[in-house]
Amino acid sequence: MRDMVRHIPFKAVADAVTKCCLEAATRLPSDVLAKIGDALKAETSELGRDFLRQYLENAEIAATHNLPLCQDTGFAVFFVEMGAFTVIDGGTITEAITAGTARGYELGFLRKSIVSDPIFKRVNTKDNTPPIIHLTQVPGDGLSVILAPKGGGSENMSALKMLTPAAGEQGVIDFVVDSVIRAGGNPCPPTVVGVGVGGTFEKAAFLAKKALIRQLGTHNQDPQYAELERKILEKINASHVGPQGLGGDITSFAVHVEQFPCHIASLPVAVNLNCHAARHAGFEL
Amino acid sequence: MDAIKISAPTDRATMKKLRAGDRVLLSGVIYTGRDAAHRRMVAALDAGEPLPVELENQIIYFVGPCPAPPGRPVGSAGPTTSYRMDSYSPRLLRDAGLLGMIGKGDRSDQVIAAMQEVDAVYFAATGGAGALIAERIKKCDTIAYSDLGPEAIFRMEVEDFPLVVAIDADGNDLYRR
Repeated sequence: MRDMVRHIPFKAVADAVTKCCLEAATRLPSDVLAKIGDALKAETSELGRDFLRQYLENAEIAATHNLPLCQDTGFAVFFVEMGAFTVIDGGTITEAITAGTARGYELGFLRKSIVSDPIFKRVNTKDNTPPIIHLTQVPGDGLSVILAPKGGGSENMSALKMLTPAAGEQGVIDFVVDSVIRAGGNPCPPTVVGVGVGGTFEKAAFLAKKALIRQLGTHNQDPQYAELERKILEKINASHVGPQGLGGDITSFAVHVEQFPCHIASLPVAVNLNCHAARHAGFEL
Repeated sequence: MDAIKISAPTDRATMKKLRAGDRVLLSGVIYTGRDAAHRRMVAALDAGEPLPVELENQIIYFVGPCPAPPGRPVGSAGPTTSYRMDSYSPRLLRDAGLLGMIGKGDRSDQVIAAMQEVDAVYFAATGGAGALIAERIKKCDTIAYSDLGPEAIFRMEVEDFPLVVAIDADGNDLYRR
């Protein structure tokens, strides 16, 4: 068994995380750029198109000058898949990611947005740590990391409700659409809407977050859930909240639903929004 | 529609003329402040102490910028969500002479009522366009509460900062069309 274990140096992980922090903050992923382009063609509000053009110009300036796309360089949220036969030499995966995050936020002149205590002290930790790490063990000896820096403005518009099973599909649609409309311009629309359905209270929230890192333009593999995504998106965009909440046809780029088995008594549903600068970057070692 | 050029600091007559939906290019000196700085400023007013910056006729920008990289006055610097300042803004409008606010997202009835009393305007900057906005900021200095890091009060010199009048001095509100 011992021969099957693969060793990855601590520094290799930390350095890759640092690089990831810089890339995620300054480079808008191509799937997001494509969605902004599509929205520009579909949007009929003159003001809305003006904002969409500014997003494209902003992405170009950010890439040219290595400036963060948004000053809120976010909470560093990591989705990690670690092989059962992967070992980090010199520390834990949590320590390696934390070290890489601190270095990345310092080197990239990224904003440090984390305070040490939520209620009483609220003193800035000055290196944007701790990160949030969602770790899953998978077969094999690989290591796959996705970083999705999460801004406070969109995160604050999150919502979760424990529906009754009787509420069904319509209950889910109404809750999600209502949450997005009530968020208005606050989460910097057009947004990506992450929806988690099923599981428990915390599982639904996790799924909603995870849904945000799915490639834009892809749909849920279950045809019924893919149809649910389409229905919710149509209702959201009929609201005319629009870019920046100041009116228009495109309030959200996409709705991503992720589902999980749930208790006979429950129908949990969680909504997590990503702003138009839907940042993410990743690596495999 | 051409943008209206205005300068900061400003005056009541200029603010009173702006209409919800107007595109504006703002140049001049503005001050920043977000959650923690607002809390401290209102605490200072409550204690009868002077504010660290004179806000009479000024425009405040709700922002916590990124650190300045070498050779630039400031890092990325787009607006933060404004509703978190709703509990503080009426006080600064009524008691400190503030005439303009720049942020993103809608405002409470209480803020809009105070704006109407003093002829103040709420401008929307483009959320998530921090790099583009940074290009319009020519100078940026910390002037108070430096211990707050990105939440400190900065004095910014801006040139053609692109804004939209979201709520005008008569209470017309683009978010409640």
